[in-house]
Amino acid sequence: MGKTLAEKIIGSHASKEVTAGEIALVSVDVCLTQDGTGPLAIRQLQKINLEKAANPKRTILFLDHAAPSPRRELSNDHITIRKFTEKTGACLSEVGEGVCHQIITESYLNPGDILIGADSHTCTGGALSAFATGMGSTDVAVGIALGKTWLRVPETFKVEVNGKFQPGVYPKDLILHLIGMIGADGATYKALEFCGETIEKMSMSGRLTLSNMAVEAGAKAGLIASDETTKKFLQAQGRGSKFRKISVDKDAVYERVIRIDASELVPVVAFPHTVDNVKPIHDAKGVKIDQVFVGTCTNGRLEDLRVVVDLIKGRKKHPKTRMIVVPASKAVYLDAIKAGYIRELVEFGASILAPGCGPCVGVHEGILGDGEACLATMNRNFKGRMGNPEGFIYLSSPATAAATAIKGEIADPREFFAKKKPVKRTPIKAKKRKR
Amino acid sequence: MSMTGKAWKFGDDISTDLIAPGRLFHLRSNLLELAKHVLEDADPQFAQKMQPGDFVVGGNNFGCGSSREHAPTIIKLAGVSAVLAKSFARIFYRNSINVGLPALICDTDKIEQGDELEVDLGQGTVVNKTKNVTLRFAPLPPAMIKILNDGGLLAHIEKHGGFKLD
Repeated sequence: MGKTLAEKIIGSHASKEVTAGEIALVSVDVCLTQDGTGPLAIRQLQKINLEKAANPKRTILFLDHAAPSPRRELSNDHITIRKFTEKTGACLSEVGEGVCHQIITESYLNPGDILIGADSHTCTGGALSAFATGMGSTDVAVGIALGKTWLRVPETFKVEVNGKFQPGVYPKDLILHLIGMIGADGATYKALEFCGETIEKMSMSGRLTLSNMAVEAGAKAGLIASDETTKKFLQAQGRGSKFRKISVDKDAVYERVIRIDASELVPVVAFPHTVDNVKPIHDAKGVKIDQVFVGTCTNGRLEDLRVVVDLIKGRKKHPKTRMIVVPASKAVYLDAIKAGYIRELVEFGASILAPGCGPCVGVHEGILGDGEACLATMNRNFKGRMGNPEGFIYLSSPATAAATAIKGEIADPREFFAKKKPVKRTPIKAKKRKR
Repeated sequence: MSMTGKAWKFGDDISTDLIAPGRLFHLRSNLLELAKHVLEDADPQFAQKMQPGDFVVGGNNFGCGSSREHAPTIIKLAGVSAVLAKSFARIFYRNSINVGLPALICDTDKIEQGDELEVDLGQGTVVNKTKNVTLRFAPLPPAMIKILNDGGLLAHIEKHGGFKLD
């Protein structure tokens, strides 16, 4: 019987072939923690005298959620993490290097790997055809020390996307549309497998956006088969020899098949306070926004910054709207400097912060005031996420974020493209929403 | 083994941000302190008013969001004996078992705020003594039963020198 990507990758790390629903004990290739989850993982290993790393060179402890640290307690957590890496030989990703999921894909992860991470957006690695999934600190601690974990092999939803995006529509709109359609728990425990012509033609940057948000539909993993795009991406990172063809069997069995026509999609926005509260841009226009945030593991890459810079060219930021931009990694930051994007963003009025999670987690650097609204390119908008339960978070693509920064209220990016009038696919009356 | 206590009823989609807020991130290495704020953004009174042995009862998708193990850990540290919900988010469910906090899937529409509950893990039942209704909770996967019975993942690993899930 044919295997899904999940069954293939998990099977190759268990001592047998596996099918959805089975429990498998697997070897783990890569482990990650971040500065919110690392200290607990370390203390758990210390409790049972198991402070070691089975694969130190592929065990990475990141300082990204509170980097640079805004408080003494968090600085002490950073010290704990540094000491562990010194003791065990595991890798440390320091303050300012960037977000864990960005760096993992830039520097560590390969097709066919199993990656477990103490961060829910570890599923980002699925774009690189790795079985990448988020777990808690103790699970990852055990994975670090023993190089093993147990997994229930997930059933798979095939998400087949064909057609071309209309101008102004991006991978972020696609994944928000999907989550809005199936719900925040629509794919709980499942693997999502993205395929189809739209995916085949999509850049690695766009694919990472899709896989990153798989967990927001409840999914365990968000997988994409490897191809020439994967190979070129690895080559660009100096890991071309690590390319492996990981493809789906034609007779693989799926629990559900979801088909999407990309050409029918419009820009969308996820409204407070759940990711599946997705509305088309017609319903979102006009909501006043106090802060625009471009960045994160979801949309903090060079391609995302380029989209923003192209849209804001020759235009001014709205005086009543703040803008924060955080490159997802040092490599992205340097490339953005070389391309002139940082200068353009600063001249536009954006504040550029150190590569890392920035205001995404509500720990520092852009916490909202009471009643304030933020439109962000991040992946989660739960109440209190950005540090204040009295704040409101809207999620969108970088293009919609850029248009919003210009207008001071949620805006349709297509109105900023020259010449062609935007095609209205869904006749929805624009409503002014009360917050 | 039987547990009795009062039900504290919450709605759907209780996220890890509501359980362990990001603005208290700096308390992650001081879990006893963080436990004093458990579920604060969902119910500011909960942590102060609950009694050890009480139950947290949610709707759908309880624990959605982050992988922060701190979320089920502080629920347990606050003295909650089990979490009941119609459905759980995946990572929270696994973390809950790992830290030794039973996470039980049952029809929580039949439980209201303040109901007296008696939970029997061995029998698989939740008796709502206030409403005179008996619910059954979905059995845990065998691997998770082993981990829970050993007292959580760390205890399991220490006891067996590794995984022993067969």
